[in-house]
Amino acid sequence: MTATTTPPSTPPSASSPYADLKAPTTARRLLTAPTTGPLAALLLACVFFSLTTDQFLTGGNFSLIIQQVMVVGTLAIGQTLIILTAGIDLSCGAVMAFGSIVIARMAAEGSLPPLAAIALGLVVCGGFGLLNGLLVQKIPLPPFIVTLGMLNVAFALTHIYSQEQTVTNLPGPLTALGQTFPLGYTDVTYGSLVTIALFLLLAYALSNTGWGRHVYALGNSPEAARLNGIRTSRLTIGVYTVAGVLYGIAALLLISRTGVGDPQAGQTDNLDSITAVVLGGTSLFGGRGSVLGTFIGVLIVGVFRNGLQLMGVASIYQTLITGVLVILAVTVDQISRKKAR
Amino acid sequence: MSTASSPTPVLQARGLVKRYGHVTAIDGADFDLLPGEVLAVIGDNGAGKTSLIKALTGALTPDAGEIRLGGEPITFNGPQSARAHGIETVYQDLAVAASMDIASNMFLGRELRRPGVLGSVLRMLDKKRMREEAAEHMADLKIGLRSLTQAVETLSGGQRQAVAVARAVAWARSVVVMDEPTAALGVKESGQVLDLIRRVRDKGMPVVLISHNMPHVFEIADRIHVHRLGRRAAVIKPSDYSMAEVVAIMTGALAVDEAGGTVVADSEAAKAAGVQAT
Ligand SMILES: Nc1ncnc2c1ncn2[C@@H]1O[C@H](COP(=O)(O)OP(=O)(O)OP(=O)(O)O)[C@@H](O)[C@H]1O
Ligand SMILES: [Mg+2]
Repeated sequence: MTATTTPPSTPPSASSPYADLKAPTTARRLLTAPTTGPLAALLLACVFFSLTTDQFLTGGNFSLIIQQVMVVGTLAIGQTLIILTAGIDLSCGAVMAFGSIVIARMAAEGSLPPLAAIALGLVVCGGFGLLNGLLVQKIPLPPFIVTLGMLNVAFALTHIYSQEQTVTNLPGPLTALGQTFPLGYTDVTYGSLVTIALFLLLAYALSNTGWGRHVYALGNSPEAARLNGIRTSRLTIGVYTVAGVLYGIAALLLISRTGVGDPQAGQTDNLDSITAVVLGGTSLFGGRGSVLGTFIGVLIVGVFRNGLQLMGVASIYQTLITGVLVILAVTVDQISRKKAR
Repeated sequence: MSTASSPTPVLQARGLVKRYGHVTAIDGADFDLLPGEVLAVIGDNGAGKTSLIKALTGALTPDAGEIRLGGEPITFNGPQSARAHGIETVYQDLAVAASMDIASNMFLGRELRRPGVLGSVLRMLDKKRMREEAAEHMADLKIGLRSLTQAVETLSGGQRQAVAVARAVAWARSVVVMDEPTAALGVKESGQVLDLIRRVRDKGMPVVLISHNMPHVFEIADRIHVHRLGRRAAVIKPSDYSMAEVVAIMTGALAVDEAGGTVVADSEAAKAAGVQAT
C-alpha cells in the first residue's frame, strides 16, 4: 500500500508533550505485556515439575518437549492468525492429516519426486485454507460452521484416499526434518528449528509489518478496518490461506516425526491448538494476542503433559487438567475484556 | 441551487440513491460543497445524512446517481480510493481499532515503512517515526492525551473522538468530512473541535460537518444543507434564517422556494413551530 506518504502540514517540533513518546522501557513493557501471565504460569509449572521429578530439568527432556509440541505448535501459529481476526479453525488437524497422507502416498508410490510431493501437500493444505477463507468471507458464513464442515470433509477424504492404510516406506527427504543434531548436552531435531523459525517469522510479521497491524484491526472491527482503507476481504482470505499452508508444513513435520503417513493422526490437534492459543493469552474475540503468547501456550501444554507423565499421572488426567486450564484461561480473557470496556 | 456564477464545487453529487431492502436511505439526493467553505449538513435522525456522506467518501456504493470531484465525474472504489483523492472522514462510530494504540490508529491503513531494504524487502514498520508524527499532530491540535502508546479503548469517549478528528485532519488534502464530531464532547472540547474546523477552513480546505447542534451549526457554517427524507430539502445561508425557521425546514413545516423565500408546506406544523412564510 502507500508506504511513502506522510501527513502534511505539521512542522517537526523538537520537544513533545508526550512523556513516553519513546517506546516504553523494556522492563515496563515486560511487566504489562499480556504474555506475562502465561509466562509466569509456564515458569511456575517448570519449577513445580523440577522439584517433583528428577528427569524434568534436563536438556534431553526439554528437547523432547519441543519435539512433542512442534506439530501442534505449527498448527497453533495458523490458529492464532485466524483467532486474531475473530475467527476459529476447527479443521486444522484434519487438513494436516489429509496433507500428510497426500505427501506420503505421492512420494511412497513414486508418483511424484519427494520434494514435489511435499510441495503438493503444501498446495493442498493451502487450498483448504483458501476455501475456508472464501466461504467465511464471500458467502459469508460463520468460521465455526465453515471449519466444522471442512473438518469432516478433510477427515473423510483422508480415510477415503488412504483406504485406512498407514503409508510406510517413505523416501528419505520426507523424514529429513526428523533427523537430529547435537546442541549442548542434547540432540535437537531440524523440525523443531523449523517450528521455532515459523514462530519468529510470524511474530515479526504480526508486530512489525503493516499486514500484521491490519490483522489486528480486522479482529477489532472489520468495518473500522474497511473504513480505514484496509482491503478486509483479501486480508481475511489471505489469513486463512496462510494458515492452510502452515498446516501443510505441520503435515511434513508430522511425517518426519512418526516416519509414516498415518490417517488416524491429528484428530485432537484442532482443540489442542486452540488450547495453546487461548493459554497464550490471545482473545477468542479477536484483535488481541500474539504468536509469542501462543508459543508460551504451546509450551505450557507440552510441559504439563510431559511433567505429569514423568510424575506417573495417567494420560486421561493430563487431558482433564488441560481442560481445566483452558477454561481458566478463557475466564481470564473474558474478565479482562469486560474490564477494558 | 448553484447559479452559473458560483465556483465549481469541490465535491458534488446529483440524484444519489441507496436502498437497503425496503428502506431507501438516500432518495435522489443532491449535494454541493464549495471551495473553502464549512458546509453543515443537518436533518432528523434517520434522514440519511450518514448514508449520504458514506456515499460521498466511498464507504458505500450508491445504486444510482453521479459524484463529481473538482468537476470531474468519479466512482469511488471503496474508502481507500476516496482517501487517495484527499478526502478524509470522521465517521459517526469513529472507525477506530479499540485494542490498538493512538499512533497505530493514526496510521491505520497507511503505515510508514523503514527506509531502505528493511522497509522494501522486510516490510518493517517505522514505529518510531509514526509515534513522533502522531505526537506532533496531537500537540498541534492541542489534544490532551497522556500517552500515545495507550490503547484507544482506554480513552474516554471524548478523547477517542478527538483522536478520530485529529487523524482525519492530519491526512486530508482536499476535503474533511465529520459525522457528528462533537457528539460525545464537553463544552470545552466541542469548542476545540470548532476551532479546529475553523483552522482547517482557514487553510483553504472545505469541511462538511454533520451536526444536530444548532448553535454550533449557526456559529460555524458558511452554508447549511438541510437533509430530509433521504434528499436535500434546501441549502441556505445561516445569516438569512433563524434557527426556528431552519428547524421548521428540517421537519417539513416550511419549504424554501426558488427565490430563496420560505413557503408554508405544512400549516399545522408551521403554526405549532411559530414560524411563517417570508
Ligand atoms: N446498513 C444499513 N442497513 C439497513 N438500513 C440502513 C443501513 N444504514 C442506514 N440504514 C437506514 O437508512 C436510513 C438513514 O440512515 P442514516 O444513518 O443515513 O441516517 P442519519 O441521518 O445519519 O441519522 P442519525 O442522525 O441518527 O445519525 C435509516 O432509516 C436507517 O435505518
Ligand atoms: Mg448519522
